[in-house]
Amino acid sequence: MFEMPSGAEIQSIISTLRAGADYFIPELYLSALFMVLIILDLVLGGRKNRILASATIIGLLGTLFFIFKQHAMPDAELFFGMYALDRFGIFFKYFFVLTGVLAVVISAEDEHLNSQEAGMGEYYALIVAMVVGMMMMASSTDLLMMFLSMELVALSAYVLTGYLKREPRSSEAALKYLVYGAVSSGMLLYGFSLIYGLTAQTNISKISMELSQHGYDPLVMILATLLVMAGLGYKIGAVPFHFWSPDVYEGAPTPITAYLSVGSKAAGFALLMRFFFVAVPHAADGIEDMLSIDWLTILMIISAASMIYGNVVAIWQKNVKRLLAYSSIAHAGYLLLGIITMDKVGTQAVLLYLASYLLMNIGAFYVVVVIANKTGSENLEDYRGLGRKMPLAGAALTVFLISLVGLPPTFGFIGKLMIFTALIGKGDLFMWLALIGILTSVISLYYYMLIPLNMFLRDSDRNLDKDYRTGMLSNAITVVLMVLTIYFGLFFQPVAEYARYSASMFGAVLN
Amino acid sequence: MEMFTTIGLNHFLTISAILFSLGMFAVMTRKNAIVILMGVELILNAANINFLTFSKYNGGMAGVMFSMFVIVLAAAEAAVALAIVINIFKTFKTVDVSRVDTMKE
Repeated sequence: MFEMPSGAEIQSIISTLRAGADYFIPELYLSALFMVLIILDLVLGGRKNRILASATIIGLLGTLFFIFKQHAMPDAELFFGMYALDRFGIFFKYFFVLTGVLAVVISAEDEHLNSQEAGMGEYYALIVAMVVGMMMMASSTDLLMMFLSMELVALSAYVLTGYLKREPRSSEAALKYLVYGAVSSGMLLYGFSLIYGLTAQTNISKISMELSQHGYDPLVMILATLLVMAGLGYKIGAVPFHFWSPDVYEGAPTPITAYLSVGSKAAGFALLMRFFFVAVPHAADGIEDMLSIDWLTILMIISAASMIYGNVVAIWQKNVKRLLAYSSIAHAGYLLLGIITMDKVGTQAVLLYLASYLLMNIGAFYVVVVIANKTGSENLEDYRGLGRKMPLAGAALTVFLISLVGLPPTFGFIGKLMIFTALIGKGDLFMWLALIGILTSVISLYYYMLIPLNMFLRDSDRNLDKDYRTGMLSNAITVVLMVLTIYFGLFFQPVAEYARYSASMFGAVLN
Repeated sequence: MEMFTTIGLNHFLTISAILFSLGMFAVMTRKNAIVILMGVELILNAANINFLTFSKYNGGMAGVMFSMFVIVLAAAEAAVALAIVINIFKTFKTVDVSRVDTMKE
């Protein structure tokens, strides 16, 4: 049935692989960085947390150079259709490297994390591994690569979540993340196997071709769709696959919470978009098929449910990390709104929104870490009166939260505006979804503003006499993140242009 | 009668569907973390059977390759999962997931 390849065939395989490697340099570089960090950890003795963090930041920033060089390369499919190089992928490569850098910066500042006896060891190496995995998630064009890169991200994330081994909350978070993650990736895999059975292909553009040419059994396809959605919905943290996220976000070390809520979620969205736009035949191809309608309906329901559930349940939260977890569920809903438009404006809006989400969410978690360093608590009650003691942190947190609500003049406003603009003019149903989005944003105003309210307008019943001054470096980072959030809210043109330029995927025609 | 004498595509798919359902059942009803992980293993192997079957009946090696990667991955996942479960046991003195629930709304 299967014949051994001849010598010439093997030669041609090797040459294809070598040609593909030229387009794969950022990932190869990061894999090397991963190993260097592990060796560095072994070689260095004593207090090495700072050195490891600096090495990781420098190494990650070095990647930006290699990614920048990819702009000159033409769009291509590499490694026998396993992987693609396109503008969409390059956007996410930048995105994940920056997320990784910021996660390392927050980790280096987190005193609780650094005070561990066990040391930071593989922590930074695992962050780099996650960056590689997320990059690969955004660029995979084959079911196999998609699955493997998702698992690379997930396995690193499980370990990072449980990194505070002595702390029950962290271990519990890791267990919950693991159980939900393993089950949903199993469901995703089963869905992939059904798609493979229907089409005999694993490359997503070939799947799309096969489905539109030869048709398919709608029942099996719906089943496969639901299973794949379960796996992807878990990654993006949307209702009804969100059960893990509040507990994991609360229990994980705060830098990892920030990293998961931005990086892992964005990677899930990148994969979802590529899978959705490429593998599913477009209705615009002239075939008004059941499939794309099913996908759209499922995504619409998930999106509306996430917006409503996330924003409403967040109202009762007493822990700031948990509150931000529910807010991130709501944001998954807003991002899905951009995807269901299935056009270029919608994709641009999603990319822009993700960029703004990166700044404001990481910023908010950064301030949570800065405050937790001083008070040792993440409870809303313990934020009372802190605004006067830590004016900079208070002001910055207020800016990030205003941006998360989506009020001008912040970056978050531009993101939401783009999403709602993309929805308008698409039909009645989309208008209703936009309406849900706007109304739930109003609800979110309430719970976000509870935090500044506690910080500035309520007095603490505790003694706040101790020293609340923070270091120069942490002040500088806070200011930079805060200023950028406002700056891009006013001068968003370059980012919007770049998002538009990046809304181009290998094998998908977006109008 | 032929259904019982000749083994075809449907037999394999039925087996895999049963395995998948048993895995889901184990995950949803069991409280022991180890048993849940065994359920996950069943789900992954159900998908593997699907891949191998489709590979046999569709032709081509893609499914075989897929399942080999999945086997390796399942091993890696089991290693990480057991490490986490051992850590849970050290901290909570139990592997009952319903009792490892300190964080509340």
